[in-house]
Amino acid sequence: MQEAMINRAKELMADGTVSRVIGWKRGEFAYDITPAVFETAEEIDSDFVCDDFTAANVSKYLIKESRKEGRILAFLKPCDTYSFNQLIKEHRIIRENVYVIGIPGGPKLDAEKLKARGITGILGVRNEKGTLHIDTVYGEETMPMFEAILGKCENCKSTKHVVYDELMGEEGEVIADSGRFDRVAELENMTAQQRFEFWREQLSKCIRCNACRNVCPACSCENCVFDNPDSGISNKAAADSFEENNFHIIRAFHVAGRCTDCGECSRVCPQNIPLHLLNRKFIKDINELYGEYQAGEDTTSRAPLTNYNADEDCEPSIVHERGAE
Amino acid sequence: MQRIGVFVCHCGTNIAATVDVKAVAEALGHEPGVVISQDYQYMCSESGQNLVKDAIKEHNLSGIVICSCSPRMHENTFRKAAAAAGLNPYLVEIANIREQCSWIHRDIATATEKAIILGKAAVAKVHLNTPLTSMESPVVKRALVIGGGIAGIQTALDIAEAGFDVDIVEKEATIGGKMAQIDKTFPTLDCAACILTPKMVEASQNEKIHIYAFSEVEAVKGFVGNFTVKIKRKARYVDEVKCTGCGACIEKCPMKKVPNEFNMGLDNRHAVYIPFAQAVPKIATIDPNYCMMLKNGKCGLCSKVCAAGAIDYKQQDSFIEEKYGAIVVATGFNPIKLDKYDEFSYNTCPDVVTSLELERLMNAAGPNGGTLLRPSDKSHPHTIVFVQCVGSRCSDEKGKPYCSKICCMYTAKHAMLIRDKYPDTEVYVFYIDVRTPGKNFDEFYRRAVEQYNVHYIKGMVGKVTPKSDGKIDVQASDLLSNEQLHIDADMVVLAAAIEPDKTARPLATMLTTQMDTNDFFTEAHPKLRPVESATAGIFLSGACQGPKDIPETVAQGSAAAAKAIGLLCKNSITCNPCVAHSDELMCNGCSSCEKVRPYGAITYSDKEFRMPDRTIAVRRVASVNPAVCQGCGACTVACPSGAMDLSGFSNSQIMAEVDAICK
Amino acid sequence: MQVNDNNFEPVIVAFCCNWCSYAGADLSGTNRLNYPTNVKIIRVPCSCRVNPMFILRAFQRGADGVIICGCHPGDCHYTSGNYYARRRITLLYSMLDFLGIERDRTRLEWVSAAEGAKFAATMESFTEQVKALGPNRRLEDLRCRKQ
Repeated sequence: MQEAMINRAKELMADGTVSRVIGWKRGEFAYDITPAVFETAEEIDSDFVCDDFTAANVSKYLIKESRKEGRILAFLKPCDTYSFNQLIKEHRIIRENVYVIGIPGGPKLDAEKLKARGITGILGVRNEKGTLHIDTVYGEETMPMFEAILGKCENCKSTKHVVYDELMGEEGEVIADSGRFDRVAELENMTAQQRFEFWREQLSKCIRCNACRNVCPACSCENCVFDNPDSGISNKAAADSFEENNFHIIRAFHVAGRCTDCGECSRVCPQNIPLHLLNRKFIKDINELYGEYQAGEDTTSRAPLTNYNADEDCEPSIVHERGAE
Repeated sequence: MQRIGVFVCHCGTNIAATVDVKAVAEALGHEPGVVISQDYQYMCSESGQNLVKDAIKEHNLSGIVICSCSPRMHENTFRKAAAAAGLNPYLVEIANIREQCSWIHRDIATATEKAIILGKAAVAKVHLNTPLTSMESPVVKRALVIGGGIAGIQTALDIAEAGFDVDIVEKEATIGGKMAQIDKTFPTLDCAACILTPKMVEASQNEKIHIYAFSEVEAVKGFVGNFTVKIKRKARYVDEVKCTGCGACIEKCPMKKVPNEFNMGLDNRHAVYIPFAQAVPKIATIDPNYCMMLKNGKCGLCSKVCAAGAIDYKQQDSFIEEKYGAIVVATGFNPIKLDKYDEFSYNTCPDVVTSLELERLMNAAGPNGGTLLRPSDKSHPHTIVFVQCVGSRCSDEKGKPYCSKICCMYTAKHAMLIRDKYPDTEVYVFYIDVRTPGKNFDEFYRRAVEQYNVHYIKGMVGKVTPKSDGKIDVQASDLLSNEQLHIDADMVVLAAAIEPDKTARPLATMLTTQMDTNDFFTEAHPKLRPVESATAGIFLSGACQGPKDIPETVAQGSAAAAKAIGLLCKNSITCNPCVAHSDELMCNGCSSCEKVRPYGAITYSDKEFRMPDRTIAVRRVASVNPAVCQGCGACTVACPSGAMDLSGFSNSQIMAEVDAICK
Repeated sequence: MQVNDNNFEPVIVAFCCNWCSYAGADLSGTNRLNYPTNVKIIRVPCSCRVNPMFILRAFQRGADGVIICGCHPGDCHYTSGNYYARRRITLLYSMLDFLGIERDRTRLEWVSAAEGAKFAATMESFTEQVKALGPNRRLEDLRCRKQ
């Protein structure tokens, strides 16, 4: 696939369709992947990579890239197309300036899970019939594939591309039984005390590195409220015992109805806080209370929080009626 | 550095009796930025306001906090005082320590503590207040009156008299409303038609008045001075312009068995009809539920006889849109349905009638040509029992909790008229109380008792049972003599409670005005602003605001007109400056705010921005039209970046209040 | 957490829309209908002005309960504000519940300008409800805990 992508990218650059390409490039190790913009065929040949570790969602970069001179080619995985579409809907990306090639998605691998098994010095990986063969500087290692999958790929919601100019590989479909709300439901069924302790412990790990916010395609504000001293909620380090934890709640609320559930927040969290659960809680509630809604699925529908149904919307007291105590 | 003045009002003893005002002034004097903190007996009085004005000048204040009654009461008073002293009126904050503190708490210590916290919150907020300037918005010099009863007619005539165009929207085929159905009026006993119909004609002939009869308000947009109203003109199947009201179609119409609403269903009309002889506009209307041509395409007689060629079976509902500066609601009332009152046998016995039905039975234009006859056998009734308060002052679900106000007087009128015309008829009135507060009202009632010998009995009617001999057994208790009574009556007249018209509730929603739990429109202030709704530019006329008799209705109709004229006289009105504004540097252009705006005040445009690296970037950003924005703040919460904020209720101001309260 | 502390006086923040509920609160004052001093009202133009940040801020700064009052559905002075508020507040309350903040610390009530009695009764019952829960537990940062 990587080979075909490189060839197609060079073709489109050569015939003038695009002037730049956004994709991924490798760092020191095989799993050190960063999104990158390539401006020449040579750069593409030497650095472009698309493999089991290229999980990063490049949609958000297109806000800036689509405003530059010339057109840019973007390779988008199914989940990335939802983010891309949502940003189109919010008038953030200039669609004409992006040439989208849909590429197959994951499952992508979580290098941390490999490292946790003591596998280091990774050079490359091969997936053979559910077994992962890992080339390392110390020789080959194996582990079951399902144990190495990135968290955000475990409950993939869709392998369908909602927007593209051309497609490489097979088109997938929306996965109805992804089970992505199972963990939320599990928490809902705990007692309030258990939930409280769970979240207090999880949120206490936050070092406020802002990685979740910076990677989130929905957190694309020109000027984030947390960076704006006038907003009354900006703060940096944990000065007091309560400050930090509102950050994630406010952030989740700000992206509610806009979050496509791409899972990047949890992927990049260095403290492994399951941040996606906060977003999924909102998505689950929205689906249950106001009807199924998938952000990014289209560019025209009204988002649930900028919409209402005068006669049918429930009252907030419904919180008392749902779930376990 | 802020220089804030705090002024604590005693409001006589209203505040001072439960809140230690000196302690409040003392405590707030220590708040940051406060340079002067005083208390005074009546801050809203002339001398109280002077105290504030002098302090502003003397201490060069940058903001003031008044701890007093509700801002809904005197915020404007103090804003004006501040402006007079050279301080921007929006640098004034009110801490509500009367309605929300002294009046609801008994314990001085805790009430004082709360008053201090409310004061602190106001001080915290005023620190962040910014001077605001009001915008001007033009006024459309045309009024809409919704409802063409006596209230609406009076209002329209008065507005037209002042020289402004005014439209009346009436849902029935004619204006006139309930008063047109009434026979005589109390306390003078002059004929209702004689005094109403000239007014109806006057309204129709006034070139400033346009009547949209058989029409309904479909949608209302806009705000004070600039409403856009969509009016539905229901199909009459008759061309209004061509119809001369000659009545030839009615004579020929073979469909004669249609219950006549105007006579309360006591007789019949044709499928094509004019409600009554003096109808305005005098135009025929075809009832599609009964017209054979409209139902199955067979007949067409009316079309053949119409010399004017006005019949149009293909007519459809049409819609017009018009702009208005002011809207007056005059939707009136109806007697309640008596379906649930089985004890009075209203549904089973034709000789048990409501008072409005009696009006028609006694009216010369009514079903019996003005001779009072029993509906069942057209015989002359010798004993008539009136039952008061049927559904009024009622504590259960069936009725209304309020007094319908007009029943005591019209019952006295009915009793008197019957005794006058038919001296051989005995009249009994069962009442809980007789309420006659009004000019010449009690005298009128006493005449019924003393001069006409109407039997007034304090007590309740328990059961009304039709008997086989055609008489009606009325079982009642006489509370004064503590006796059970049985009266063999020929007719029973029920004084049914009155309720607001059913169209009022959806209309209130369209107008964004408030209603009370009984669906009467709520006035802006129960004493001081009785004809205005809380929504600017919407005025209330007549019984839509509460039960009223004719003179009160007319008085209120004129009062509403005066208020509307006051508005229409202005070329422009000052807009509320507490509206949303968008910080273009922070705006993402995401359109979230645009989706929740109720008034269309937010628009988007591409703008060039100089970036830190000296490049020029074009970004889509929101801007707010301050003349259109009404300041609800929905957009501020929808905005993820916090670019959208609301003047006077900014994010930081509200959070400062939260902090002060939670401290 | 001390639940049965009879001396506990909760801090309750009530956000009231200017047109209905604030007027309703005024009416309960005019009618001298008593409700606990714990309740402190913040006037907002509309229930849709209540940003979830305000509610979180209140809890963060020591509020034990937060109640939002607005016009009845259909009666919003701005036509639709309370409908948006209803969705936002429902989702926020559900999230707070998900985080283990007791449900009884949050409430939304529609109170019209004519419902002074309802306002007083609502504040009375909400205060009792919060009082029974005791002081609000905070989603504090465990690392900041003073040993």
